[in-house]
Amino acid sequence: MIILIGTLLFLIALHLVKRNPSERLMALITWTAAILTIGTLLFLIAFIFVKGIPYIKLSLFSLTYNSENVSLTPALVSTFIIAFIALAIAVPLGISSAIYLTEYARRGNKIVALIRMTTETLSGIPSIVYGLFGGLFFVVALGWGYSALAGAFTLAIMILPLIMRSSEEAIKAVPDMYSEGSFGLGAGKLRTIFRIILPSAMPGILAGIILSAGRIVGETAALIYTAGTVAQIPATPMNSARTLAVHMYSLSSEGLHSNESYATAVILLVVTILINAVSVRIAKKFGDANHELF
Amino acid sequence: MNKTGEKIMSGVFFTCALVSIFAVGLICFFLLANGIPGIVKIGVFNFLAGKIWSPTDIPAAFGILPMITGSLYVTAGAIIIGVPVGVLSAIFLARVCPRHLYKIVKPSVDLLAGIPSVVYGFFGMMTIVPLLGSSILSACLLLGIMILPTIISLTESAVRAVPEQYYEGASALGAGHYRSIFFIVMPAAKSGIFAAVVLGIGRAIGETMAVIMVAGNQARMPVSLFQGVRTLTANIVIEMGYAGDLHREALIATGVVLFVFILMINLIFSSLKRRMP
Repeated sequence: MIILIGTLLFLIALHLVKRNPSERLMALITWTAAILTIGTLLFLIAFIFVKGIPYIKLSLFSLTYNSENVSLTPALVSTFIIAFIALAIAVPLGISSAIYLTEYARRGNKIVALIRMTTETLSGIPSIVYGLFGGLFFVVALGWGYSALAGAFTLAIMILPLIMRSSEEAIKAVPDMYSEGSFGLGAGKLRTIFRIILPSAMPGILAGIILSAGRIVGETAALIYTAGTVAQIPATPMNSARTLAVHMYSLSSEGLHSNESYATAVILLVVTILINAVSVRIAKKFGDANHELF
Repeated sequence: MNKTGEKIMSGVFFTCALVSIFAVGLICFFLLANGIPGIVKIGVFNFLAGKIWSPTDIPAAFGILPMITGSLYVTAGAIIIGVPVGVLSAIFLARVCPRHLYKIVKPSVDLLAGIPSVVYGFFGMMTIVPLLGSSILSACLLLGIMILPTIISLTESAVRAVPEQYYEGASALGAGHYRSIFFIVMPAAKSGIFAAVVLGIGRAIGETMAVIMVAGNQARMPVSLFQGVRTLTANIVIEMGYAGDLHREALIATGVVLFVFILMINLIFSSLKRRMP
């Protein structure tokens, strides 16, 4: 197998570069690296799918979870609830911040520099630190206990920089002539923002929001000590709930339901791939639309 | 809309923009306020340089040097594995890849970035661990894969930012395609590539779930590449559930140490990014 791939690589390299041996070597290592990257991805997806798809059964989607039937429906519902609350908090905040940074802030303003620095800091903080903070602040200091709400608030802070950055870029990409036209027709700043700039920037903003949803779906470390790990649909947002990713972690660390773990991994992987694909598609549409303008 | 409306809304936008400052302030305050007393009680030296972590023994010992070294080992390994493959893949994407192939490879790299860390962890548990055991090496390998997308996308944009004339000049002087890329374009992109590596370090040191699932998590000084290790992140997740009193404070303090590491890495990253053309 390895020899086969090696020979194939060598032939590709040979085909690409005919004369110089050092060129040939550099071509070989470049192609090898690229094939390793893609090969790893393909292997990961194929492995999870092959092992998991046979165990995707109807019982996996039954409405309640118990130790015999480790249904993932409650976790799926909890994921939606937590993602919805987190986005409901972070999206308005993130878009408003982006509007301030692009439309109102003056260049060289000290506060703007501070906002940019803290946003960059937020995007570099690992999720376990968010989880630790959420546990100390929302769960203990505010007395919310392990709850979907505490988890959602923690995640809202975590995705805020992502939404801010994508909204800012989307707004910046709106051609100046749009707002100039709007001002020229006598519209005020606020009307220009809400009627002209935001609608034009919407696809880019949406792509960022969907990408954030993807991060929420994949998150585990920030949730274990904020939303907790109860495997039932939460009756109120103040109840503990586990998302699909946390469910996946619990299953695999218990080690009792390895087939169901594979099946759950398939569902988690499919959801993430779908979210990514939608985000990329929207962003691409947006890019094309902008090209048509010029 | 009238003037007051405009004024109120600009105030609203401004307030929203302040949230990220407020959030960072709050995170720093809560971590430090809950972590520093623990460090003081244990003693800075005993905490940071203590080689024994036995929180439930009497008397308990709270030395996190094993976890600090563990994190450093695992991160270094991830960089050794992930950086060469990542940088070369990025060069492939930016300079070598035929157009029709790019349309497949680029989205795949994005997909690699979107896969949840539990799925990586589970994958590692089922494929790497049976071969290499729950060990430092397993963690390095898995983290090396996980930092690929970060390294690739940053390096690719750094390589693309190098002016075309550099490559053309090298070619005109008789250098081959790859020679021009490796000896002219790549050195010109070096600060961007360093930035990518630094961000990769940040990702690797902060990664939690995937590491827990493959690293074995023994709280002792690393013995060999083929034996288990516990990172700072793993220490928090594994014990936070049942810790009380000083033990709990020690875990939060572990988070503070991790946070300080991350802040330093961020600082280096943004200073490198500023140097990029």
